[in-house]
Amino acid sequence: MQGIEAIINGKKIIAEPGMTILQAARANGIHIPTLCDHPVLKPVGACRVCLVEVEKNPKLLTACSTPLNPGMVVHTHSPRVLEARRAVVELLLVRHPLDCFSCSSNGQCELQDVAYELGIKESRFADEGDTCRSYALEDANPFYVRDMNKCILCGRCIRTCDSLAQYHAIDFQNRGIKTMVQPPVGKDLENSDCTFCGQCVQMCPVGALSEKTSIGQGRPWEMEKVKTVCSYCGVGCELNILVNKKTGRIANVKTDYTSQTALNEGRACVKGRFAWQFVHSDERLTKPLIRENGTFREASWDEALNVVVGRLVQIREEHGPDTIGFFSSARCTNEENFLLQRLAREVIGTNNVDHCAHL
Amino acid sequence: MPTYRSHVLVCGGTGCVSSGSLKLQENLKAELAKKGLDKEVLVVQTGCHGMCEAGPIVVVYPEGTFYTRVQPEDAVEIVEEHLFKGRVVKRLLHREELNAEAVAHYNELPFYSKQHRITLKNCGYINPDNIDEYIGRDGYQGLAKALLEMTPDDVINEMKISGLRGRGGGGFPTGMKWEFCKKSVSDKKYTICNADEGDPGAFMDRSLLEGDPHAVLEGMAIGAYAMGADEGYIYCRAEYPLAIKRLKRAIAQAEEYGLLGKNILGTSFSFELHVKEGAGAFVCGEETALMASIEGERGMPRPRPPFPANKGLWGKPSNINNVETWANVPQIILNGGAWYASMGTEKSKGTKVFALTGKVKNTGLVEVPMGTTIREVVFDIGGGIINDKKFKAVQIGGPSGGCLTEQHLDLPISYESLTGAGAIMGSGGLVVVDEETCMVDMAKFFLEFTQAESCGKCVPCREGTKKMLDILVRITEGNGKPGDIEKLEYLGNQIKEASLCGLGQTAPNPVLTTLRYFRHEYEAHINEKKCPAGVCSALTNYVIDPAKCIGCTKCARICPVGAISGEIKKPHAIDTEKCVKCGACAEACPVKAIARR
Repeated sequence: MQGIEAIINGKKIIAEPGMTILQAARANGIHIPTLCDHPVLKPVGACRVCLVEVEKNPKLLTACSTPLNPGMVVHTHSPRVLEARRAVVELLLVRHPLDCFSCSSNGQCELQDVAYELGIKESRFADEGDTCRSYALEDANPFYVRDMNKCILCGRCIRTCDSLAQYHAIDFQNRGIKTMVQPPVGKDLENSDCTFCGQCVQMCPVGALSEKTSIGQGRPWEMEKVKTVCSYCGVGCELNILVNKKTGRIANVKTDYTSQTALNEGRACVKGRFAWQFVHSDERLTKPLIRENGTFREASWDEALNVVVGRLVQIREEHGPDTIGFFSSARCTNEENFLLQRLAREVIGTNNVDHCAHL
Repeated sequence: MPTYRSHVLVCGGTGCVSSGSLKLQENLKAELAKKGLDKEVLVVQTGCHGMCEAGPIVVVYPEGTFYTRVQPEDAVEIVEEHLFKGRVVKRLLHREELNAEAVAHYNELPFYSKQHRITLKNCGYINPDNIDEYIGRDGYQGLAKALLEMTPDDVINEMKISGLRGRGGGGFPTGMKWEFCKKSVSDKKYTICNADEGDPGAFMDRSLLEGDPHAVLEGMAIGAYAMGADEGYIYCRAEYPLAIKRLKRAIAQAEEYGLLGKNILGTSFSFELHVKEGAGAFVCGEETALMASIEGERGMPRPRPPFPANKGLWGKPSNINNVETWANVPQIILNGGAWYASMGTEKSKGTKVFALTGKVKNTGLVEVPMGTTIREVVFDIGGGIINDKKFKAVQIGGPSGGCLTEQHLDLPISYESLTGAGAIMGSGGLVVVDEETCMVDMAKFFLEFTQAESCGKCVPCREGTKKMLDILVRITEGNGKPGDIEKLEYLGNQIKEASLCGLGQTAPNPVLTTLRYFRHEYEAHINEKKCPAGVCSALTNYVIDPAKCIGCTKCARICPVGAISGEIKKPHAIDTEKCVKCGACAEACPVKAIARR
């Protein structure tokens, strides 16, 4: 396929046909700031931060939604563009609380990044009492916290819920300055179609949505990302476990929407994303237990495995291999399940193999 | 077919219906029957005459006697005097002002005689519920001509020759728009009529739909033929129940006559038309939001490209035109594009319907050729300012438009001239403002409207108009600060620059134009804490003129907070600290000694 030639900021670039100005710029190492854009979501042109100037076009255009045409001459940082971009960000900051110190998104906040890039400390248009503090914190559920005071109404959560999670649990409600993201009229999240998969939380560019499970677990820059497969079910979702380098403990779970190796393409369910606390639970079994006379006692792995092997061999010899059945778990990996059936068929000699997902 | 010696046309538009025209019709019919005249005189319910303020309106033909403000109980007198004895009921004739001379004939009224009615030609003349009456006035001949004598390209060419431009406000050449859609290759295309009229004070689309629905249907069918569409939608706001009722009835009648539906007029062209009711969002008048609304989504605009001509309703090529645009089409096709282009200015052809409202003697729908001056509309047709006060400005184009001043009175109205002066044609709202109107207050009114109707999607419109409104509110409340004017200008310009759709891109216009032409009023509010027009209550006080006050004590007795004191038969005074500025005293004063300053 022939590439499209255009000029961005005086530099000749080649892009794939069908690319937007933003995609073409990114592919060519040219940065255009964005807020409502996400590579896996449909562009909507709502935040107006990616406005660029295209020669012969009287209006500024959103780079995220405008296709790159051959021969286009684009300016991403002209004085006119910067002025409009600055006005937009300053308008967002009129109502956005500037409590970055205590915000869980500090350090990964895209609004912070854009303001930093444009050198904006505070909004010229903010008057006393402007900052939005009128919405109560919504944290009735154990999974995530909604702080609508911080919401910039980019709609990424809505598009995530619609196109990735496909629950259609939330949408914009009301008009004008009263616009907000909500479940359908009058319902709260807990009584809506929301399944708390938390995909919207990860998509939120600011701190309007944050994992309740990661509160106080560390700052974004303290995290080490560990790529793993979710242990909850056989789907095998790829997760990025964020481990706090200071404490060595899990602090949060994220996914990678653009991962080349993930079959879940960034999706995860409520368990994979939020239910990792068992890892550090005091009640978690860390040693084998052997039941003797109705009570458990701690044992070493060698002792415990010897008991299992001894009993299995004894039963097979006394009653035949088909008196033994092997029951595996959807929480095991394919490899573990494979090994279990080999143990059953080749070592014990029975075809009595089943799996919890078969129930 | 029975013939009648006289036709009594009773307006059945929304305005007249709400002032009792349905009961009036009933009474007229009953009286005629009583007198045995029901075989001689026919009572016809028509669409809107455009002079809604003077409703209910009755026109008696063949003379063309024009009665206004006719009450249901007046039926007895009209039947007895006019229709039985042949004597005009003078007391019901129209008077421009209370003491003005009564005018007997439709054509003698300056309000009508100076208009040039093409789009509105059937409104007020025919019964909109009867397709035969529409056909009787050349109805569906344009469609027949297009289908039987013209190719789709011929139709588009004729539209291009006519120079018709979008009457919804954008002013995009209609023929060119149709051509884009025609060139778009697809197995399915839609034509859409934008009847989501929502500008405060504008009601030309409603009157057209109520008064002449078939003109819109015919126009859409011609457009569908030209562009290759076989299905159409009329997106009409639910607040227009009568228009919706008449549209649905008109569609059913046209289908029955084979003028809509399958194989129209025996040709291979089929066109199915639906009416979709809006849900009360102003922004749904924006074409992409309108299409989203038809699809069942929240009415929010989306960026263009893709343009509707390529990817519109349900992703298919679509054409959206406004009611007035569609209603012009049949006559252009029937009479030729050159005929239409013979009216108007070089770049703005034909006529335009304006909704003339505000402080003007005659209010209502006014159709004039493009190029007519604002003076002609306001003073000749509108009759000038009420109580002969001083003309101050005219807000043109609704909340997206701007104000024009005395210096623009002789400006010929066209898309270019209005844009050049900082206003826009918009849908054609024309609000006349006199010296007693505060321009800051008016700008605030329009911004309140656009802020409340902003869909909330894009930042500049949602957040920016709110901030501008905040500033205007504080200025009118006497808390304006130095630098506020500059902030308003900066924000206004950036909102225009950065907003997604037409709503945001034009929302600052009322503020920017009033700043351009009435900057001194803003300065007076901010610097001197004075409202020159005496409107902003925080900046004005009620004062009693001691020279006029007769000491009757009426004001003191009516004052709800006891702010007025004074001895009987001696001049009274208002304690401005106590006064809540309710204005009850000024209303009660028999000698007009109390004024707001």
